[in-house]
This record gives sequence, C-alpha cells and structure tokens, in this order.
Amino acid sequence: MRARLSFPLTALAAAMLSAGPALADDPVELTMYYPIAVGGALTDVIDELVDEFQAEHPDISVDAIYAGNYDDTRVRAMSAIEAGDAPQLSVLFSIDLYELLEQDAIVAFDDLLETDEEREWLDSFYPGLMENGQVDGQTYGIPFQRSTIVLYWNKDAFEAAGLDPETPPETWDEMAEMAAAVREASGGDQWGVMVPSTGYPYWMFQAFAFQNGHRLMSDDGTEVYFDDPAAIEALEYWVSLSQEHEAMPDGAIEWGTLRQNFIEQSTAMMWHTTGNLTAVRNEADFEFGVAMLPMKTQRGSPTGGGNFYIFNDTTEEEQRAAMTFIRWMTDPERAAAWSIETGYMGVSPDAYETELLRDYVESFAPAAVARDQLEHGTAELSTYQGGRVRRALDNAVQAALTGQMTPAEALAQAQREADGALRRYAR
Amino acid sequence: MAAMTSYRRMQLYGALLLLPAAVLLATFAYLPTIATLINSLFLPGFRGEPAEFVGLENYQLLIEDTTFWRVARNNLIYALGTIPTSIAIALGMALFVNARLPGRGFVRMAYFTPTILPMIAAANIWMFFYAPQIGLFNKLLGALGLSGVNWLGDPSVALTSVIVMTVWKEAGFFMIFYLAALQSIPPELKEASDLEGTSRWSFFWRVTFPLLMPTTLFVLINALINAVRVVDHLFILTKGGPNNATNLLLYYVYENAFSFFDRTYAATITVVILLVLAVVATVKFAILDRRTHYQ
Amino acid sequence: MSLPTLSAARGVALRVPSLETTAAWLLAVIWIFPLVYAVWAAFHPPAFMVRFDLFAPLTLENFANAWSQAPFARYYLNTFLLVTGVVLAQFVVCTLAGFAFARFPIPGRDILFMLVLIQLFVFPEVLIVENYRIASGLGLVDTITGIGLPYVASAFGIFLLRQTFKTIPRELEDAARVEGCGWMAILLKVYVPLAKPTYLAYGLVSISHHWNNFLWPLVVTNSVESRPLTVGLGVFSAPETGVNWATVSAATLLSIAPLLVAFLLFQRQFVQSFLRAGIR
Repeated sequence: MRARLSFPLTALAAAMLSAGPALADDPVELTMYYPIAVGGALTDVIDELVDEFQAEHPDISVDAIYAGNYDDTRVRAMSAIEAGDAPQLSVLFSIDLYELLEQDAIVAFDDLLETDEEREWLDSFYPGLMENGQVDGQTYGIPFQRSTIVLYWNKDAFEAAGLDPETPPETWDEMAEMAAAVREASGGDQWGVMVPSTGYPYWMFQAFAFQNGHRLMSDDGTEVYFDDPAAIEALEYWVSLSQEHEAMPDGAIEWGTLRQNFIEQSTAMMWHTTGNLTAVRNEADFEFGVAMLPMKTQRGSPTGGGNFYIFNDTTEEEQRAAMTFIRWMTDPERAAAWSIETGYMGVSPDAYETELLRDYVESFAPAAVARDQLEHGTAELSTYQGGRVRRALDNAVQAALTGQMTPAEALAQAQREADGALRRYAR
Repeated sequence: MAAMTSYRRMQLYGALLLLPAAVLLATFAYLPTIATLINSLFLPGFRGEPAEFVGLENYQLLIEDTTFWRVARNNLIYALGTIPTSIAIALGMALFVNARLPGRGFVRMAYFTPTILPMIAAANIWMFFYAPQIGLFNKLLGALGLSGVNWLGDPSVALTSVIVMTVWKEAGFFMIFYLAALQSIPPELKEASDLEGTSRWSFFWRVTFPLLMPTTLFVLINALINAVRVVDHLFILTKGGPNNATNLLLYYVYENAFSFFDRTYAATITVVILLVLAVVATVKFAILDRRTHYQ
Repeated sequence: MSLPTLSAARGVALRVPSLETTAAWLLAVIWIFPLVYAVWAAFHPPAFMVRFDLFAPLTLENFANAWSQAPFARYYLNTFLLVTGVVLAQFVVCTLAGFAFARFPIPGRDILFMLVLIQLFVFPEVLIVENYRIASGLGLVDTITGIGLPYVASAFGIFLLRQTFKTIPRELEDAARVEGCGWMAILLKVYVPLAKPTYLAYGLVSISHHWNNFLWPLVVTNSVESRPLTVGLGVFSAPETGVNWATVSAATLLSIAPLLVAFLLFQRQFVQSFLRAGIR
C-alpha cells in the first residue's frame, strides 16, 4: 500500500497544504461524483459549498459532478474507474461498500489518519451512521447525506377524520386503524397511508422487518435472512394495509411521485426519507407533522443515504486534499447548514449542538425526529452482490404488494435468488 | 498489361476508400460481436481474479433464470403489442392525410410530431399521465366517477401502458412510408375503379392494400428492430418493474452489465438478442430482398 | 429514387366523408395532446398540473428553475457538437465507402457489402457492453467522440450513398476525366454535388436520431462535460429525485425545443427526408 510507504512524504505534503496559498502553485484537482435522491435544488447547494471551500482552500480545486440517483452515480463512478479515469472521491450509496471493496476501489480512512485531531474527527459521528461504512473494524465511508425513514402525516386530514391531529400512530395497529379511518371519513377521496414500493422497496421493507425485531442480513455481508417468519409477518402487514384495511392503494407506489401525492393531499400519511423534509415544508399548504415510524415489537428504521469514499487510484497529495475537503464538508457548522437546507440528518452530535441547528430544531420540531429515531436505527441492507440481492428483495416486495405471490412465496423466492448470488461468498 | 495494372490500381484505390469504414465497423460491430460470444463462455473473476472459462455454464444459468424467461416473454408481448397496432394506425393515418381533408397540414404534423421527440422526453410527459391518484388519466377517470388504475404500478397493466406509449411514439414515423407509397399508386387505378363503381372498401382491399405490401414488410422489419433496440422509456417510466413486469431484453442486459457488474452474463443475454436479430436479418435478406438486386 | 412530392398527389385525393374527417381530427388531437399538455404544464405554476383553468396565470418560473438546476447550456453545446461531429464524419466515411462500392472493382465486393449491411441489425445499442469496453480501451469514455464514433461508419449511410452514386451516369464522370480530374476530384465535383438531396435527407434523419439517442450516451458519459441533452434530461428528471413536475415539463421542453422548432419550420423537408432515407 502506497499510503504507508511514504509517510514522511505525506506529512510533508500535508504541511505544505496547511501552509496555505503562499506555497501552492498548481491547485490539487479533485473530481467528485455525487447523487441526489430527494427533492429540491440541491445541486446549487453543493455548488455553493464547493465554491466556499475553494475560496478557503485555493490550493484545492474540486469538480463536483451530479450523476443522478444513487444507482446512476455508482455506475458512473465504477465505469470511470474501469476506464482508468477514477475520481479521487465521491459520495456514493452507503451500501455500495461491499461492491467497492470487491473491486478494490476504495481506501480505509484509518490508513489516512495522521493526527489525533483527525482520529477524533473519525469518532465524532453518530455510531448508527457509521455502521454501513465499516467492515472488520476499518472505516471506509464517512456519513454525509444521511437519512432515515420517517412518517409524515397531514394534520388537517387527521382532524377532518375525527382523529387527534397532534397524535401520530405509535404502533402498526394504530397506523392501520387511523389510515382506514381517514379513508372512510374522506368518502374514498383520500388514502390513509402510502409506503413507496418503487425506487427503494427493500429499504422500506427493512423498516417493517426491523420493527418486527428482525435483521435481514449478517454483519459480514455474506448472508441474508429474507424468509424468516418475522420477515414474512412484516410483509404480510404491509400487504394488509391495502388488501385488508383498504387504506393504501393497490399495486406499486412510486417513490418519485409520492411526495407530490402527499402535497396534493391524496394521502394523509406517507413513509419517506427525511431527505424530503425541506421540500415538503416548502410545498405543503396544510399543517403536517413528522414522527418516528410506528412499531410492532420495537421502534426502528434503517439508515440510508450517501457516504464519502476516497478512491484507491489516487496520489498521496490527492488523498490528503480529499481528506481536507471531506473534513470541511462534515464540519458541525456545515453539517448543520446542510441538514437545514435538505432535511438530511446532521451527521454528528456536535452538529445538533451548533446554534444554527439548535435554533432550527426549536422552531421546527420535525427536524429532530430523524435524530431521535437514530437510537432505534439499523444498518441499511448491504451485502456482496448487493445489486442482485436488493433486486431480489425488491421484486419479492412488489410481487407481494401487487398480489402476484403471497408474502411467504415471494420471500422464499427472494431468499433462493439471494443465496444463489451469494453462493461464492459463504465463509 | 497496362490495363491490368490500372485495374489493380483501381482495386487498391477502392480498398483504400473503404478502409475508414472498414476499421470503424470492425471496431464497433464485428469485434464486439465476437467478443460478446467469447465472453459469454466466461464467469467474471471472483475477488479480483482473472475471468474463468466455464463453457456453456452461463447458458445453463440463463435457461434456469426465471427472470430471463419473464423478460423474453415481455419482449415478445411488447413486440406483438406494438407492431401490429402501430402499423395499422400508421396505415389509417396515411389514408386520412392522403385524402382531401380540411386542415390536412395540421393533421399530418400532429401525427408526425412524436417521431422527432426523444423517447426520454416522451416518457417524461407520459409519466404525468400515468401517475396514480394525481396523474391526468386517473383524474379524468375520477371525473367520470371511475376508480383509477395504477397504470405503471400494477403488473397486469404496466406493460400495456408502456406499449400504448410506444405505439403513440412510432405510428407517425411509419405513417410517412405509407403516405409515400400511397402517392406512388397511379391515379388511373382509382379512376378506373370509380368508373366500374367499385366501393372504396373493396378498392382498398383489392388494390391499395396489396400494392402497399412491400411498404408493410419494410415497416414491419423496422418495427421489429425497434422492439428490441429502444428501451429508453423504461429508464423513466418503470425501470423494468414492478417485479420485472415491464423489463425488456436490452434493459436486462443494461442492468446486468452496469448495475450488477456481471458483464459475462450480460454478454450471454446479448447473444440471445443477436440471435433474434440474425433471424430478422435473414428474413429480410433471404426473403424480402430476394428480388432486390444489390448490384 | 424519384419521389412524388406530397402535393403532386392532390389530384388523386378523394373527398372525405365527414365521419372520416372527424376520426382523422380526433386522432390528430390525441396524438398532439401530450405535447400540448407538456406546454401547458411548463408555462403554468405547479398547482395547475392537473387542474385545467383557461385563466391560470402564465409563468416562466419553471423554465428558470430547470435552467438553474441543471447545466442545460452545456448540454446544448454537447449535443450540438455531437450531432455536428457525427453527421460530418458520417458524410466523409460513408461517401468514401459508398463511392468505393458504387464504382470500384473491389475483390469480394458483394460479400463485403453484405457484411456492411449486417450493421443495420447489429447496431451499437445491442453491443453496449463490449462497445463500452472498447471505448474505454481507446480512452474514449466520457468524451463526445466516444458517443459518436460507433455510429460514424453507418451501414445505412453507405447504402444510401451507394444507391445514389450508382444512378449517376458514367458519362458525367468520363467528361470530368477528360478535363483531367483524378478520382477525388471526380467524387467531389461530380458525385457529391449530384447526391445533394441524399445528403440532406440522410443528414436530417441522422441529426434527429443523434439528438434523441439515449442508451449509448448514457453508458459512455460520466460528466457534465460530455453529457448530451437526452442524458442530462434523464438524469435530471429520473422520477426518484422527485423533482417538481412543472420543472420537469419545462426541462423536457427545453431539450426538445430546437429540434421541434426546426421541424415546425421545415416540416416538409423533414418529412421528405425521412421518406427519402427510408425508401430503398
């Protein structure tokens, strides 16, 4: 590993970098891909942040490239690596970890740490957000645009249905009852609840499963447990929302248009990423609230979203510059501003201690829900052959929701497919 | 002797003229075709090891892959759903605008406009129509007091929704070929049949339609190719879902190659597509073009 | 390859009964509706997406939003460079090859020509996986050249130009030779000018094809610097991002506007070109 061979050199480079613009002739050029999977004009926000960073660090120039959703961005980054044109760093899906490792594409941050200050920085994030970025005690991903699933509810609709507008459902049963009540009170004009089943169905399902006390994968990413009775029960509940309680529309519910549905008041509740919080706040012309997801045996939601990764095929100097940039971007003040701008979580406890975010949370309580839910968080589904494994689960969820298979059949099939994809990885 | 040399020189000159095209075709058509065949016999390297020769194992996997069969069946339904419908509509359109019609210019433009839109843009627009609850189609149904359909989210409807959009996109393109063919039909035929008092209906079936046969076959080949080649709209509308209900072969190749990083399995599916295209090509060259001389 | 013009056929036209007129118009309205709807959605505030109101306020804000949220100016430039580059390169390569096939006694000419025609079926989209590998080996990934190059040796173009060149009388060529022209001069002074209608037809078809092409550009581009409009639009409006619909409508119109306007202005030429290029 080059990173360890030339330690003094690295130190020298770092010293030069920190010496500031006077010594820098050519700026270090960094390319970064990043995704956006939520609403709002976030490219502008990123561009502004990058400009600000460059103004403070004239010796580093960052080219931030918006590359679509998480899948698109991974494809772009991986194909750039294959073409020998690797970016130095990227924001990619936190769950891309195993695939990136398998392609030997990324470096561990532990290998790049030099000062105590940096070590402290690595420990400053919420542990729940670090889970998806760590393997075998090494950290490969730094949380940046991270989210969890939360429940958005329309207070006006609750009131119209004779429910207490200030009390969101606490349990699965309550959610089904309330949703059915809204549906009935509206005379069929409004749905009770919508949980998206395109885009990231496995993620939503993971929340149901975890609320039923079940984890879907092993810690080392080589095994999945889709056909467990607890998982089946979770899927059955999800299906029952439309089949039994008639509170959710039949068929797949589109991730991308769901926010629009909520804004147009065609559903009283939705499960969606916290990343949509700011967009909902800007667009809704009714009172709404945000709550933790309801529980069966326990509260819970998987975390989700994007981490910073540093790529392998980079020089010492570039890695140092990338570190500088990532530290700057995840600094509490920045994290606070980013969180307010987007609805993503502040990634560290320190971020919530900043005046900025403290004031914001005080004036807009929903902003703290994601943070509070974090203590009930679980890592997002992440395995080797992740693309195939997630697709198998996605298909099972969609097959069950659209009535093509029973939840048990669908999950058994997903288990078989995932086992097939993972057969070479069993330890 | 001198004539011989000049003939040789012409041969050489001709070959040189051909060279740029030959190099490019070799690089982006023949070479990749061969490489696809070869790669379909390998498994990707496990954890950084080189690719492993496995013979026909990928084909074995393919045969056992229920998703593949689902996708192949979808593609067949897609072809059967789009081709006859769009050809029939195209012919109807051509007959309409070939006749004396008030506002013919506008009507022709309206028919043809979808042709020049990118598939991606068309899909964006249709997404607004198909969205459940808030999309235009369901709003219209709702206004009529009917309950909405989950156009793209219900697996029994989704493929049909995709087909309908494709027909809209393609019919106008095929129309112009019929239009040209109609205009090359000598007016005397019509005059003669009018004198004989033949009905328009029987004139169409006995004269026009048979004369249009070559055009129909030409359009058919084009439509077949498009049914395999164009999957752009899936990226916007459904991503092949729900549960692969709208997945098509080429999109499945894309997924395997670029989402699952399984290039060799993607190659195996590509071979299947190439086989289908080979059949289409054979039909075209061996049967349809029998009378055409490429000399 | 002479084509009747659209107006020449008017003498044949029949009087249409009103039922058919109604049907023709109804079909036309259905066919144009999606575009009209996109225009409606783009010029009105988001609240009027699914609410029709003749007096809804008009706005350009959606366009401003779309324009500020994605680098459309750059996408325009990329698409423009791509389309110009591809069409010019196709003209050169296909002219040379078409000329060779039409006039030169290349050994095995017919077999070679059949080989070329195979590309009508084995088009670059089907071979994305291997073509990607090749493009990456040549260092063409994420370049505009990389998007265009696989399409340059177009079997279709070679076929069309060969057919056209074959119809040009040899006497013209002989006359030029008497004046002392070499093969290149003959090609440029005799064949190319006489094939002008074919170039126009093929050019328009090629322009609209490459303006609209999506899958291969999606695969081979990584960044804003090379991304054409279609890919930019796809990335921008992928439903997952949950971008505001009115903004997506505006973005969609932005990306189709130049070609659409060109089409509306030169409708006849477009239709004729598609015809000419399609009829063999």
